[in-house]
Amino acid sequence: MKQPFAAPWFLLLPAALMALWHFAVDLRWVTEGIIPSPAQVLRSWETWIFGSAKASLSPYSGTWLDNVTYSTRRVLQGFGLAALVAIPLGLVIGWNRLVARLVDPSIQLLRPVPITAWLPFAIAVFGIYDASALFLIGLGAFYPIVVNTTHGVRDTNLLLLRAARMMGAGPGTVLARVVFPSALPSIFTGLRLGVGVAWTAVIVAEMIAVKSGLGYVLWDAYYVGRMDICVATMFSVGLLGFISDRVIVWASRLLLRWRSLEAHT
Amino acid sequence: MIEIAGVSKEFAKGERRVVALESIDLQVAPREFAAILGPSGCGKSTLLNMVAGFDRPTGGSVRVAGEEILAPSPRRAVVFQEPALFPWLTVFDNVVFGPKTQGRPSAEYRAHAAQIIEQVGLRGFEANYPAELSGGMRQRVGIARVLIMRPEVLLMDEPFGSLDAQTRSLMQELLLEVWERHHQTVLFVTHDIEEALLLADRVCVMTARPGRIKKSIAVGIPRPRSIEVTTTPEFNAQRREVLALIREESQRAAMETASR
Repeated sequence: MKQPFAAPWFLLLPAALMALWHFAVDLRWVTEGIIPSPAQVLRSWETWIFGSAKASLSPYSGTWLDNVTYSTRRVLQGFGLAALVAIPLGLVIGWNRLVARLVDPSIQLLRPVPITAWLPFAIAVFGIYDASALFLIGLGAFYPIVVNTTHGVRDTNLLLLRAARMMGAGPGTVLARVVFPSALPSIFTGLRLGVGVAWTAVIVAEMIAVKSGLGYVLWDAYYVGRMDICVATMFSVGLLGFISDRVIVWASRLLLRWRSLEAHT
Repeated sequence: MIEIAGVSKEFAKGERRVVALESIDLQVAPREFAAILGPSGCGKSTLLNMVAGFDRPTGGSVRVAGEEILAPSPRRAVVFQEPALFPWLTVFDNVVFGPKTQGRPSAEYRAHAAQIIEQVGLRGFEANYPAELSGGMRQRVGIARVLIMRPEVLLMDEPFGSLDAQTRSLMQELLLEVWERHHQTVLFVTHDIEEALLLADRVCVMTARPGRIKKSIAVGIPRPRSIEVTTTPEFNAQRREVLALIREESQRAAMETASR
């Protein structure tokens, strides 16, 4: 039951953390001059977003939107590519025992290799270009999507498969009209996990493999001792990751309306 | 219509081989309503699955209209114990799944669907999802979606087994009504003596493991029947007959278990 007046409880913890941060800097619990205060970060963030590139002395002034665009575009491309490959592959792996035996062990063997470990390989193969970043992001997002899709397919109720076959459905129809919708909730779980990994991967990739985007700014700011920009970047990534997750949840609610009905019974 | 000849089914359970069915012979005539009555675990569902084409026998043959059964077909429609509806489709879309899949023209099956939905008492619920329906209504959808396919054979695997008593008798009456109208060949699996006698022309009593057909009894109660026939003396006489058979069987099973 929803309360008539819902207090914004979710703001309590962030407010407490901000206060702790503020006093830690203000009362010099942390080394002075290295960790910026919340107010400082906010000011720098503002200049970073709204400042004009010419009038300011800061090299970051007014470059926020450009870098956000770079990173977001890479995430969308890498994530989209991963989904495009991982969903059909997961459907086939879950559906066909032979394909599963052929492909699944390799995926499971490669999966524990962290994205960071792939960096040198990606740069060696693709160079300091966008392709390196897309490879890393795509690879990172690929695993959770393929694993969850496979799981969803294997979870399909046997009776539903029988019912479809009894009503004249061939393998193609069964896959498209029974297995796919039945696996869709799992696929969405995979997409949510995947987009999270994509944001992790884009930062890692931009730190080293390319010369633009939020990851690049983060590393660059660290090198020149601009912790305020580093922290503002962290907030930016957190915000973007949150928004992309909400978008997927919203899409899943739209497509899985039947599921919310089931939860109420 | 349905010819089951010398059918047996064995499962490998680890090292052991379990005989689920042993030399089953059963013929169901066209337009006959036959019930298979047996205790749970006697393999009656396995038998039905083989007629449906979900499973193959390890010995013997199952034929329908002279053809050996190799795969499921819309000509042999199945109503499952769980309604097994597609939860992402509305009632209407669940009902038209069969004709749509078979590529029947939508103008034709839409009219037919409306008529069948009316027949099973689901009018007004076309746009609802299965999750919004009661157990009895879900099973009505399960029946409607097979009726729309105009199957030659109707296979029913304890379709009312999970419903409460009142809903069950309503559904039995609905099935009698539907059957009076279409007269399909029906193979109906149940463990409920009253249900078998109320619905069927013939009741085949099965033994527990390994499953065999002990006796086939013709039900002499005149049609059209309604739920009221269950209170008549004729019905009770037949019920006693079947009950004696089953008691004999369960005593034998108990003795065998004890002597093992």
